[in-house]
Amino acid sequence: MVFSQGDIISIRDFSKDDIKYILRTAEKMEPIARSLEKSDILYGKLLGMLFYEPSTRTRLSFEAAMKRLGGCTIGFSEARTSSATKGEKLSDTVRTVGEYTDALVLRHNMEGTARLAADIVDVPVINAGDGAGQHPTQTLLDLYTMKRLLGKIRNLHVALVGDLKYGRTVHSLAYALAMFGTRMSFVSPPELKMPREIMEDLNGAGVSVHETSAIRDVLPYVDVLYVTRIQKERFPDPQEYLKIKGAYTIDKDLLKNSETIVMHPLPRLDEIATDVDSTPYGKYFQQAFYGVPVRMALLKSLIK
Amino acid sequence: MKTPKELKVTPIRNGTVIDHITANKALHVLKILNLPSQDTSVTIGMNVKSTQMGAKDLVKIEGRELRSGEVDKIALIAPHATINIIRDYEIVTKGKVNLLEKISGIINCGNPNCITNTGEPVDSLFYVTSQEPLVVRCYYCERAMDQSEIEEQFGPL
Repeated sequence: MVFSQGDIISIRDFSKDDIKYILRTAEKMEPIARSLEKSDILYGKLLGMLFYEPSTRTRLSFEAAMKRLGGCTIGFSEARTSSATKGEKLSDTVRTVGEYTDALVLRHNMEGTARLAADIVDVPVINAGDGAGQHPTQTLLDLYTMKRLLGKIRNLHVALVGDLKYGRTVHSLAYALAMFGTRMSFVSPPELKMPREIMEDLNGAGVSVHETSAIRDVLPYVDVLYVTRIQKERFPDPQEYLKIKGAYTIDKDLLKNSETIVMHPLPRLDEIATDVDSTPYGKYFQQAFYGVPVRMALLKSLIK
Repeated sequence: MKTPKELKVTPIRNGTVIDHITANKALHVLKILNLPSQDTSVTIGMNVKSTQMGAKDLVKIEGRELRSGEVDKIALIAPHATINIIRDYEIVTKGKVNLLEKISGIINCGNPNCITNTGEPVDSLFYVTSQEPLVVRCYYCERAMDQSEIEEQFGPL
């Protein structure tokens, strides 16, 4: 089990059984996350939160998860309030905070930071996003959302939509869905297609994926539209960005008569119109809530 | 009738003969070894017929015995190469390069945003995920690098 290694770094470290275990544990945590039950299983434990990059949901849901289980948190929420501004190396910071706490949650703009941290501290390290790399806890909550709302993961058809090249959440999610044998479609502008190495990994695992640039191609038969933001800075020509952005905006009219749910790791800008929020399609805020029981399950499993 | 003159390649007295280099990769091997240099005599054979390989390259270096780190780098470019150490015209050591499962500290990650490229006190580390064609994956950022990206690291020819 991945928990015997003591760290949560990459979804590629997980087996299907590891994931199923977390999803089962998360379901048991839900009443505590909703404040219907109380727990103090992590009473006296301290979680270090090292967020070198901005975060709302990941950081606050980790804090909520730790506190709902009776534990406490310390840390920083942006690099400028840490000694990184004085030029301190990441390895020195994590070594120090690792001595103060019982586990570390780390978000950083460079890929591979969590793996490095895990190798140099004795306490468990959880990757809360490393650059364009991995974001395994987001993937686990995405899978939990599908399981909770649709009752299954395996026999679904999931379309990953938007920026598939740079979006770390879709990279991790594609690997995890491949483990479950879930059917996948990738919908993106040609400039932002899923990276070649991930396509090769998926092909190597015997997973065939349908790639298209049009949402309407997949809408009639997908169970989940997993939408990500297309970032303006990826396009040298602003006109090109505006043209593409319009083609990847989901609104109520587009979804009419479809049977899909719409998920999004958030924050969204205008890729999902607000008129979707109150429809049965829009599930992204529920998805955001599920981050709490999933992270409770991880903390409970890791912190001894 | 004139007989064609044959250019004899003289044997080396002390040094290293790198044989069975993948055809047309001898110049990459020289690059890895920071050759040519003013004070080292080097003989190169390229696209030489080989019963084992069809065609191969060959490099003879006078007065220099390779270090293990250099041999590990050559394995990335020419996985079938053999290294012969010569002393006083005799082969004293004959061995094959060995492409290790884990490659540490000899190449850099091609991802500029990888933590190993930022001055942290850590050596690069790669796992070989495919030997032929060569593909390695960074242990830290998980990015894959292929043969051409690895060759680029040794600089332009």
